Amino acid sequence: MKIRGQKSGVVHLIKKENYSLLIKGGRLIDAAAKIDAPMDVLLRDGLVAEIALPGKTRGTAHEKFDARGLIVSPGFIDLHVHLREPGQGYKETIATGTAAAAAGGFTSVCCMPNTQPVVDSPEWVTWLQQPERGAVVNVFPIAAATHASKGAVLTDFRALQRAGAVGVSDDGKPILNDSVMRETMRLSSEINLPVIQHAEDTRMTDRCSMNDGPTAFRLGLRGMKAAAEASIVERDVQLAQQFTGARLHVAHLSTADALKAVRRGKRSKSNVTCEVTPHHFALTDADVGEYDTNYKMNPPLRSDSDREAILVALADGTVDAIATDHAPHAPHEKIIEFERAAFGITGLETALGLAITHLHRGHRIPLSRIVELFTSGPARVFSLRGRGTLVRGSHADVTIFDPQKRWTFDASQSHSRSHNTPFGGAQLTGKVVATIVSGRVVYRVD
Amino acid sequence: MNQAARGSLLGIEHLGAENIMGLLKLARRMNPLKPRPLLRGKRVLLLFYEASTRTRSSFEIAAKSLGAMTTLVLSSGSSIEKGESLLDTGYTLRAVGADAIVIRHPQAGAAALMARYLDIPVINAGDGMHEHPSQALLDAYTILRHKKALKGLQVAIVGDIYHSRVARSAIHLLSKFGARITLCGPPEFLPDTALTLAPGLHIVRTVEDAVHGADVIMTLRVQKERLAGTKISLQDYVARYQMNMARLKLAKKDAMLMHPGPIIRGLELTWEVADCAQSAIVEEVRNGVPVRMAILAKALGKAG
Repeated sequence: MKIRGQKSGVVHLIKKENYSLLIKGGRLIDAAAKIDAPMDVLLRDGLVAEIALPGKTRGTAHEKFDARGLIVSPGFIDLHVHLREPGQGYKETIATGTAAAAAGGFTSVCCMPNTQPVVDSPEWVTWLQQPERGAVVNVFPIAAATHASKGAVLTDFRALQRAGAVGVSDDGKPILNDSVMRETMRLSSEINLPVIQHAEDTRMTDRCSMNDGPTAFRLGLRGMKAAAEASIVERDVQLAQQFTGARLHVAHLSTADALKAVRRGKRSKSNVTCEVTPHHFALTDADVGEYDTNYKMNPPLRSDSDREAILVALADGTVDAIATDHAPHAPHEKIIEFERAAFGITGLETALGLAITHLHRGHRIPLSRIVELFTSGPARVFSLRGRGTLVRGSHADVTIFDPQKRWTFDASQSHSRSHNTPFGGAQLTGKVVATIVSGRVVYRVD
Repeated sequence: MNQAARGSLLGIEHLGAENIMGLLKLARRMNPLKPRPLLRGKRVLLLFYEASTRTRSSFEIAAKSLGAMTTLVLSSGSSIEKGESLLDTGYTLRAVGADAIVIRHPQAGAAALMARYLDIPVINAGDGMHEHPSQALLDAYTILRHKKALKGLQVAIVGDIYHSRVARSAIHLLSKFGARITLCGPPEFLPDTALTLAPGLHIVRTVEDAVHGADVIMTLRVQKERLAGTKISLQDYVARYQMNMARLKLAKKDAMLMHPGPIIRGLELTWEVADCAQSAIVEEVRNGVPVRMAILAKALGKAG
């Protein structure tokens, strides 16, 4: 048994030798390995030891998991979550946020640096990964691209990368200044580090609290125009084209025009990727209704035609990943005037259900594509080696789900510390049954 | 989301035509010079987060004319300055015995938020750019003192419609009754999206076209600081959109000239227009009292 000693004297188990788990009888969907077939999966010592036809595994296992009637998928990866630590533990902690992740089938989450203080130093990147944080799934920090995310002075990308940062971003804010963004892309190209952009020209969105359109006009709210997102994506794609090897990842893409820019970038063979949130494919700005702040997030819910464009892009491969932008907030930040309320909603526990309900059942996107969007797609975006697939030797991160299961999400029972979701009471199809991280079951439905 | 407290008046949009007519009929039976103690013993809290002359004083006089007690709470000089939230302020006013709250707030949806968390009627006296329902009701009341019906009336609304809660409420109300509504203003103040607000709307960009043949002209206040953010200069605005006597003459002979106030003479209208025989501006203010009496009586269930 390996034990890692910590300064505080706390000991934390990281691996148990000779532990093995056989997942049998399930339908394995591994998009990266192009497998969609009944397969048994044997996990041992935190890695995938064997994949074999049902009943044909050679090794033995300490425990068995009966996955009959269930989908066995590589562990889901969320490229975009806010775990709120350091500094905002009243909204969420790494422990509660990763518990919600586990309940949602995510075995890895990439956490954004817009905390208090901002994660702009290697020390904080290290801190986020320490066992004392109590994470129950893998946590991959994204570090700030500029000091305090003020958009002016670049952070030490190399040192942040060495400390474990999988990307850099000033999420919550854009890197507006052209020369700062150019330098960010140049550095990215030198060290092969993804730059994640929150694409919003904030000069166009002052005092805006939702999408520009009929609902904003009706409610008397200032609206964010699609151009505020698209113009930044267009600029960034151009900058990415200037530096061979630069990696641009567009966070929470929400508009048809921004998708056009991403497609242009992909056609030009630039390394441009993008993610889409479940709420942007499930909802539109009309759902804001009468100032329901659980429908307030940034980027905002968009028009129906934007949503249609996103559905097409999810199906045709333009979108690389589904990411939740899980953004927990306390009631006093949400149950206030709409314009003053914080942007953001929780999303970890509803992502799969929304994807199966809206994408698979609603728009006939195959389950294998949905699995790709949750696994190999995001793994590729941030180069998470040995994840997003279950080929032999990969990390033993597995998500087992029931694609037929109909259930109602009860926000009050959420594992997250916060309950700011528009999907409370939503009837969904598709539910996580078990989440396995490094070969250990961290979440299981009774 | 919770339902709004019973008796609340949050906006015109979700009000049925029969409810609107009911309020207007009730208002006709209200006379501030002949006080009726319908609301004796009731406490009406006036919670104002924004400056107001007309709305505040007329709600207060309306409440008192019905025998209610009123207390005014302003955002300045209250715990709101210390950072108390809107809902906590509402709970506080409820705890001191408020039977109804009349709220004016700079943010859209503020009244709706309060109504969802309180169990007493909340009356929206203007929320941000959203709605100002009592203004629309008193405008309809005023129009109906001079015109037989709203249906088929040609109404021109001119000015900064985008920022105007008065315009939104008026459009909803007039549209429900089948008025033909022409909106006029520069694109910065009147985006094409405005057409989606209600059925039967038209946009024209020249004021002469808007007022031509109109039965009612509603002008709206223009804030200089809002013009500053646009491509139009103050001089341009005055030249293109100001209501002057020559433009007023393009309307029907018996056309009414309305304005919710406060008016800025020399900007959205000339001195002469404000005071001309067709101007209903002062009458609107006067009618505010019986209309708000009706609103309060209805809200507190004493409409009989």
